[in-house]
Amino acid sequence: MWADRLILLPVTILAAWAILLTLVDLYIPEDRKGITASLSALGLVLALLANWFGVRQPQTAFFGMAVADGFASFLNTIFLLSGLFGIAVAYDYLRRQNIARSEYYSLMLFSISGMMLMGMAADLIMVFIALELLSIPLYVMAGFHRDRLDSEEAALKYFLLGAFAGGFVVYGIALAYGASGSTRIAGILSAVQSGSASPVLLTIGAVLILVGLGFKVAAVPFHMWTPDVYQGAPSSVTAFMAVGAKAAGFAALLRVFLLAFPTLSDQLIPLLWALAALTMVVGNVIAIAQSNIKRLLAYSSIAHAGYILMATVTLGQNRLMTDAASAALFYLFAYLLTNFGAWAIVILLEQQEGKGLNLQDYAGLGKKQPALAAAMTVFMLSLTGVPPTMGFLGKFYLFRAVLEGGFIGLAVIGVLTSLVSAYYYLRVVIVMYMQEGEPLVNRDVLVRWTAALTAIAVVVLSLFATPLFQWASQATLYVAK
Amino acid sequence: MVPIYYYIALSAILFTLGSLGVLIRRNAIIIFMSVELMLNAANLAFVAFARMHGGLSGQIFVFFVMAVAAAEVAVGLALIVKIFETKHSIDIDQMNMMKG
Repeated sequence: MWADRLILLPVTILAAWAILLTLVDLYIPEDRKGITASLSALGLVLALLANWFGVRQPQTAFFGMAVADGFASFLNTIFLLSGLFGIAVAYDYLRRQNIARSEYYSLMLFSISGMMLMGMAADLIMVFIALELLSIPLYVMAGFHRDRLDSEEAALKYFLLGAFAGGFVVYGIALAYGASGSTRIAGILSAVQSGSASPVLLTIGAVLILVGLGFKVAAVPFHMWTPDVYQGAPSSVTAFMAVGAKAAGFAALLRVFLLAFPTLSDQLIPLLWALAALTMVVGNVIAIAQSNIKRLLAYSSIAHAGYILMATVTLGQNRLMTDAASAALFYLFAYLLTNFGAWAIVILLEQQEGKGLNLQDYAGLGKKQPALAAAMTVFMLSLTGVPPTMGFLGKFYLFRAVLEGGFIGLAVIGVLTSLVSAYYYLRVVIVMYMQEGEPLVNRDVLVRWTAALTAIAVVVLSLFATPLFQWASQATLYVAK
Repeated sequence: MVPIYYYIALSAILFTLGSLGVLIRRNAIIIFMSVELMLNAANLAFVAFARMHGGLSGQIFVFFVMAVAAAEVAVGLALIVKIFETKHSIDIDQMNMMKG
């Protein structure tokens, strides 16, 4: 029993910390709310330590509900780091926008505990509960700018479509349960192998789960909410949800599909193939037409979901599946660093009332703020996938896994759409360096530190990527007995 | 005894009605009600399948779904009320601040 608690320790610490923080915050005077932000960062660090020194041997807990394995521990690191970056970019930004209310940090911790549970879920019930635990705080955070109509609209759209997606996931789980008699991933697999499961029902269930999770990771054609929500939500929230919610969605997608439905590969692979290809093409092509930087990054985030989705087509090929899952993890790590860096720059240039978000507001940044412009260039190159950046290595490993699986067409689409993406990413660089202008830049110390740190990490980690990649390749999915 | 197929057919109909409601209706509250209909269709399927398999886990899942739906209602209605205060409308066709 105690071993079970130990396995869930990082999540427990974070959830308990979030509850305590909502209470403690009431006793912190209004002018010293920095304490709340620091305390929540401390909670994240504690959870990070618990995760780091935690369980080494893959094992399940609570009657096979949760599982602690390398996959979950790698993802936990991503979620907790995104929380730390999320606090760093939020603190000054929220105060500048006059929406500094400290429940922001508690909501963020709740959401992260949901994401961590999602990575550790070994039972479809857990997948559903974790999905809602991570989403419900995000709905509130998206509407955090409650005096502004665009933030309210973003929250409502995110909420309605998120709930809609949740409905698909639940119904899919119900059908998978009906087909196999179990909601446990291992139970579904063994029912399929023994032939007692109904394949038709299971396929319909798997497709419905795919639709629901497709909404969460913003895959085309389930992406309609993404640009509006990313644009309307406060930028610090968007930065956080672009990484965290997407990584959590992929955590569930990879674990459930690779482990529970390998026998459905004939039916599912064409679907996943089309979904990945469509997402890459549509995301990258529509991004070209964007002039608002938040919308541009929203479509870029859709496109990146497409790249990561490529990892799922290795469904059913045992050895390759592991490689592809590791490549997806590595890609998510690269995306974490690059994305937070790019959003940090966006936050630095954003002014009151949603000004400073146009591409033209970046004109002249290369002359006035050379360091910031250089950092932004690094992020844009990394998002395109140009060496020497983490984005390049992430794409390299992913394409390699896909090619080894024999999906040459998909890899070609991936490379071609990356070329297309160079057009709009490099346009940001050109505007910064080639056009004259007087960009307004905020002081926000923590945000600047985030930008600097992630820019350095994106380049340096790509030069010494071996340990990180080894860690990702050991982060395999554990099949519970 | 009523055969299991009847229950599954009913839940499939409810689920389809719910998802069509989300796609067709324009009022935020009605859309939200349709989402609840989808969740309840899943609940019906869970209970029916639990009976078929003779297990309890499906029935327990229903409790989780209900609890989560209640939490969702709390947040969702608050958001809808807030947007009604600002806009005096909850017609989602009028929520077009952002374009591109």
